[in-house]
Amino acid sequence: MKHTISVLLQNKPGVLSRVTGLFSGRGFNIESLCVAETLDPGVSCLTLVTRGPDPIIEQITKQLHKLIDVIKVVDISESDYVEREMVLIRVKAESNTRAEVLRVIDIFRGKVVDVSPKSYAVEITGPQSKIQAVIDILKPIGIQEIVRTGTIAMARAKKF
Amino acid sequence: MKVTGAQAIVKCLEEQGVEVIFGFPGGVIIDLFDELEKSDITNVLVRHEQAAVHAADAYGRVKGDVGVALVTSGPGATNTVTGIASAYMDSIPIVVFTGQVPTALIGNDAFQEVDIIGITRPCTKHNYLVKDPKDLAETIREAFYIARTGRPGPVLIDLPKDVVISKANFTEPKPVKMQTYRPTYEPHPGQIAKASKEILKAKKPVIYAGGGVIASDSNEELTELATKLNIPVTMTLMGLGGFPGTHKLSMGMLGMHGTYFANMAVSKCDLLIAVGARFDDRVTGKLDEFAPHAKIIHIDIDPTSISKNVKVDIPIVADCKYALTAMNRWFDVQDDFNGKEYEEKLSPWLDDINDWKRKHPLGYVEEGDIIKPQFVVQKLHELTKGDAIISTEVGQNQMWAAQFYHFNKPRHFLTSGGLGVMGYGFPAAIGAQMAAPDKTVIDVAGDGSIQMNIQELATARQYKCPVKVAILNNGFLGMVRQWQELFYDKRYAGTDLEVSPDFVALAQAYGAVGLRATKVSEVVPVIKEALATDNTVFMDFVIAREEGVYPMVPAGKATTEMLLT
Ligand SMILES: Cc1ncc(C[n+]2csc(CCOP(=O)(O)OP(=O)(O)O)c2C)c(N)n1
Ligand SMILES: [Mg+2]
Repeated sequence: MKHTISVLLQNKPGVLSRVTGLFSGRGFNIESLCVAETLDPGVSCLTLVTRGPDPIIEQITKQLHKLIDVIKVVDISESDYVEREMVLIRVKAESNTRAEVLRVIDIFRGKVVDVSPKSYAVEITGPQSKIQAVIDILKPIGIQEIVRTGTIAMARAKKF
Repeated sequence: MKVTGAQAIVKCLEEQGVEVIFGFPGGVIIDLFDELEKSDITNVLVRHEQAAVHAADAYGRVKGDVGVALVTSGPGATNTVTGIASAYMDSIPIVVFTGQVPTALIGNDAFQEVDIIGITRPCTKHNYLVKDPKDLAETIREAFYIARTGRPGPVLIDLPKDVVISKANFTEPKPVKMQTYRPTYEPHPGQIAKASKEILKAKKPVIYAGGGVIASDSNEELTELATKLNIPVTMTLMGLGGFPGTHKLSMGMLGMHGTYFANMAVSKCDLLIAVGARFDDRVTGKLDEFAPHAKIIHIDIDPTSISKNVKVDIPIVADCKYALTAMNRWFDVQDDFNGKEYEEKLSPWLDDINDWKRKHPLGYVEEGDIIKPQFVVQKLHELTKGDAIISTEVGQNQMWAAQFYHFNKPRHFLTSGGLGVMGYGFPAAIGAQMAAPDKTVIDVAGDGSIQMNIQELATARQYKCPVKVAILNNGFLGMVRQWQELFYDKRYAGTDLEVSPDFVALAQAYGAVGLRATKVSEVVPVIKEALATDNTVFMDFVIAREEGVYPMVPAGKATTEMLLT
């Protein structure tokens, strides 16, 4: 099962290696990892996507919590949440495919962020499923380079 | 008030009540040794930094407080890693100070620079690089707090040279409060009631006690619970002494070299009450056949220990002392709880256990004049009236000590349990002797292990530690040889210690006393003479070369699949 875990950390040197070291040392897997400051510059938020059976996920959250620099650990995939990832794709765009690329990008509400005579660089944001769909469609046209941010996620606010 | 970093560190050590540290100096840390010399704190100058950490570990265990080690940068720091990893596995509170190159040079591959923070990250509870002298005091206070609270463990503080020599304001002590670290001490009352009711229902309960009982000083509470209800108790290697080993409810140690009756009891019990233990593979053997019929109650202060290896039915996250106290009080106020009745209900179960005890007690076969190691440990027990502090090396010697020295008190058995470090026992004995000068301290050693920190003879002599080392000399890396005998067709690859020093002469070369016993009749006189000697003593017991440790559960097998001879 895929789990998206959100971790609040003290923003200090070495804290990220405590987290990644924990994963490599205990053989837990990391599918993606994304970290940046929160409103409080002393605190960073790390979003981590991992996969594993329930007992392993339980160990992961407990072990993360045990790190002294960790403030809070939430498995946000346990409740309703929104997730987003951004991808930059450089796709081949020659005279015969330029129009088609633009059409595809438009359907996915993407943006062209860089143009050259033979390629477009495009930016697309969305949940992982959407990113995967764009990639699948652009692949036959010719993807030259791809950079993904990894997932960030936020629990939905309670609706009452 | 402005003070130098070194002064701040010494003030903080005094604040923490530190009286003894174990250290070894070097270029970047001279200033701190200089400052320590002016204080009342004793620095025990070891002969290898690994020994400093093991000694600090044992000192802390015996005192029930935090042990402290102090070393220089680079090789001094890397030499501490084994000791730190051992303390981490065994949840022993220590604080290790390492020197570091000046902050301006960090990252430049400076002379004797090493990223000890990176190296020890996975084997410390926490570690710190102090970059600003004004943070020193608070960091040290936090380090001691983290080391001794919750599930205890090692904390390392890396001290760049400029931080040690420059001046900063000394902040006065205030209670440590950490936003991100708040261990749970108090058990959930609902869980206590649930567990206690489950105990009342059980017909075949077993208590499985680990090092957490020692760490939390809850041996009395454990004894109260076990005797109130007449529940048999087995202990892990780290838990020995947590319940009196000579008590009729004690089944001794369980696991790979546990007693037949403890392993049988665990495999047949209907309720397993784990107290401060972590279901280590040396205890459980094959996981799916460990306590297969039992509901499991697990008390532990570390939530990650719970349901890590074995699914637990009733988890209780708490300090063992608090949880056991709460359980004892729960039974005290039950109007309908009748101890006698409960005892009667358990009597068929206790009969089963006594049958197993009678059928396969711990034992060994005598062989004429040849000294059996078990006999040596039995005599050590007898002649010290079971009151000595025993440290061990690792291997067969360690298991024989665990099996045949029946520990009645906590903090009397010092061993590297989780990491299994050969070379732990001798420096640990020195640390223990520094903590308890009036106690008899004995390192039960192997001829292989003792050579891993044998240089500490000098330390023992310099600080007048009259520790006794009982070398069970089989001429082999015996435990490995035993595996080769059983599982590798007796191919003794790399385990025959063809050359060893003359341990008697070696001891004498350091000004210590060396004694040797080569036949059974010499064992008691040698022990008596050693115990009567106010000096460090090496006792070289030349024992049966190919004696094995039994029972034995082969690795990965169910704990009922014991080899008995
Ligand atoms: C530092 C270290 N290296 C290797 C081992 C693996 N090992 C475990 S027991 C053992 C044999 C120990 O020999 P000895 O000290 O003579 O004890 P004996 O088993 O003979 O009593 C070895 C090599 C270890 N535990 N620690
Ligand atoms: Mg040996």
